[in-house]
Amino acid sequence: MTIQVLMPALSPTMEEGKLAKWNVKEGDAITSGDIIAEIETDKATMEVEAVDEGVVGKLVIAEGTEGVKVNEVIAILLEDGEDASAIDAAAAPKGNGGAPAQAEKPSDSGSDVRHDAPVPAQPAATLPDPEPEQAEWPEGTTMKTQTVREALRDAMAEEMRRDDAVFVMGEEVAEYQGAYKITQGLLDEFSDRRVIDTPITEHGFAGIGVGAAFGGLRPIVEFMTFNFAMQAIDHIINSAAKTLYMSGGQMGCPIVFRGPNGAAARVAAQHSQDYAAWYAQIPGLKVCMPYSAADAKGLLKSAIRDPNPVIFLENEILYGKSFDVPDLEDFTVPIGKAKVWRQGTDVTLVSFGIGMTYTLEAADRLAEEGISAEVIDLRSLRPLDRGAVLRSVMKTNRCVTVEEGWPVCSIGNHISSILMQEAFDYLDAPVINLTGKDVPMPYAANLEKLALVTTDEVVEAAKSVCYR
Amino acid sequence: MTILLAEPDPAFEPFRLLDRDGSLRDEAAVEPDIAMVEEMHEAMLRARRVDERLLSLQRRGDLGTFAPVKGQEAAQIGSISCIGDEDWFVPSFREMAAALWRGQSLVDLLVATAGWNEGLATRQDARNLPPAIPVASQLPHAVGIAHAGRLRGEESVVLTYFGDGATSEGDFHEALNFASVLNAPVVFFCQNNGWAISTPRARQTGSRTLCQKAHAYGISAAQVDGNDLLAVRAVTREAVRRAREEGRPSMIEALTYRMEVHTTADDPTRYRDDDEVEKWRARDPINRVQALLKARDQIDDEMIAALESQIEDEINKAWDDAKEQIRELEDGVPDAIFDHVFREPTAELDRQRDLFAKLERRDDG
Repeated sequence: MTIQVLMPALSPTMEEGKLAKWNVKEGDAITSGDIIAEIETDKATMEVEAVDEGVVGKLVIAEGTEGVKVNEVIAILLEDGEDASAIDAAAAPKGNGGAPAQAEKPSDSGSDVRHDAPVPAQPAATLPDPEPEQAEWPEGTTMKTQTVREALRDAMAEEMRRDDAVFVMGEEVAEYQGAYKITQGLLDEFSDRRVIDTPITEHGFAGIGVGAAFGGLRPIVEFMTFNFAMQAIDHIINSAAKTLYMSGGQMGCPIVFRGPNGAAARVAAQHSQDYAAWYAQIPGLKVCMPYSAADAKGLLKSAIRDPNPVIFLENEILYGKSFDVPDLEDFTVPIGKAKVWRQGTDVTLVSFGIGMTYTLEAADRLAEEGISAEVIDLRSLRPLDRGAVLRSVMKTNRCVTVEEGWPVCSIGNHISSILMQEAFDYLDAPVINLTGKDVPMPYAANLEKLALVTTDEVVEAAKSVCYR
Repeated sequence: MTILLAEPDPAFEPFRLLDRDGSLRDEAAVEPDIAMVEEMHEAMLRARRVDERLLSLQRRGDLGTFAPVKGQEAAQIGSISCIGDEDWFVPSFREMAAALWRGQSLVDLLVATAGWNEGLATRQDARNLPPAIPVASQLPHAVGIAHAGRLRGEESVVLTYFGDGATSEGDFHEALNFASVLNAPVVFFCQNNGWAISTPRARQTGSRTLCQKAHAYGISAAQVDGNDLLAVRAVTREAVRRAREEGRPSMIEALTYRMEVHTTADDPTRYRDDDEVEKWRARDPINRVQALLKARDQIDDEMIAALESQIEDEINKAWDDAKEQIRELEDGVPDAIFDHVFREPTAELDRQRDLFAKLERRDDG
């Protein structure tokens, strides 16, 4: 067997280079470590060392040739006892022979069907398997009225009682009981060993939390607001979301990053941003964004138990809102399952988080006008319950999405894409994505209102897809 | 005139036990444990030869981008040899010598450097983190791990590595600040190898030393000759003991030199003088420890040659095994790219995996 010497990649970005100089000629015997050639790229000049032993049978690429593609055969070595006739037999055009192939496939490969035969959108001929509406709690369960704030606190306290590895850290979480009083009472019950006030460094304590998760604990990291978590995003995305993958499944990162997300009231541009779509794009993260107190509680308990990093997006305005919460010893809501808040037949309204406020108001008003809206609360954004949306839209044939985030690459855009590819034939009208306006949040109260989604807009959009 | 502003007072001199000719300095009050020195010498030599082979395999196109360790073997082996299995090794991305000491197999190393995460899948209970590519992000992790150990009632210590450039990152400062506030048992081991890619140490910070930065956080620090195996080991042992027994962090700045490229993607001849490289070549840490062993009649050139040849055989065998594993991985079902995104795959990932598998089948046909 002859040995093919391939054009080496001298850097991750290199696609081609100049074969500047051959340091050997045909007939030379070489051994491992000999410098056989010099290669030039736009970045550097490098020496190519031989790894194998042999006799240079043929210099395929002449000295001084520019634009030599990575992985092209540049020379052929003869092994012991071979003569030059072995070269013809081995001189295949592509360098895939004896040498291990590069991880990346050459992009000019003619057999790559991805270019000439894109996957067709598969119009779903049948509805996805109908999922029986399962009650989220047993019939006859006593309900108690709780704010989202209390529900979140209870979720953490219950999980901390259940598992000694769970602890909370963040700014103001202990002595001050939380900047928004979400950790009220936790310090008293669990001591400063498990409820930890940190120096003011989001990046720092996000990283410490990730390390603690590597070290076998289950941290809950509270950001005073996700606006401040921008400083910590490297640890969230590069460390928490990547390590399981990059350790071949060995080192997981069970951690919850939680805190208020999106606009509050009159806190201006740097403090009023919705990161739902940002985090939902990252493989390795799970993302929850509850609306009701029951979902806040049930999802946060699931998030704390989840072996993966979970982004838990709360909302400052919702903190004080009251809901019925089942009075159960251990109530959880599975991550990745949407909730149908209201059955309807004419149009599907899809929302999550505080967007549900406008959506439910709009559904009431639409009912008064004789339009029956089905309202879906996604609750989890990654994984996203596409089946719930598809089932509903295949029934109503119309869809409006509602969120406070920005319009470009929004969650609504993603829903539209799913519907286009999997329910195209079921749509009787284009899907409308309602979002916040494409601007930084204004500080003035009247402008702030205008920059967010309004109930009027939801009503208007729903009527328009119903051609009313 | 009264001077109200005090000048910085970086009273650090690099600690040294072994002179370049292999003779022990007066500071070395006791004779070194020669058996241990021999073991460390072998580890250094193995790392050097593996490094060289990785480079030639990378140049040939068989391996991906990596950061060579050449010149920093004493800094890594002298320090990593001070911690045990119950302790944690938290590397940056240049700690191949330390990783081998911690038990990473040559085959795994080669498979990983060829781009396969399978090579990183070491023992579940091994307290070794995978390399961290974002500069300095491993330092807060080290503090978190150390704090978790304390909360769990362990006496484990975390040894974490970083370079001179990393001391300019916020992560470095945040990690030191947290370690001090939390009394986290961490040893911050800085390999000051003179260059952050093309940025020399002098352009990295106005501080005279890197270790003086630790003082600002209330953390003890030492500067050590990083090419002096015995000095590195002595300083690190003290830092590890202090972390374990007193729960106190410390920082060590090891003065060493990156004799090779930063990574295989750059060309140092464009930014540093050959004279400088030559100067450091004369301070090669392996030569120094060999001089010590020769002076003690523990080793001679013949024994070194035999050891080199044994290491070459090990490497050849490992590369043969790695090639086989890589070929199997390449021929295997590539939908393994969907593994380990989450602990359990989501329905959406399964859907994407199925779609991908269909495409692959069409590719083949």
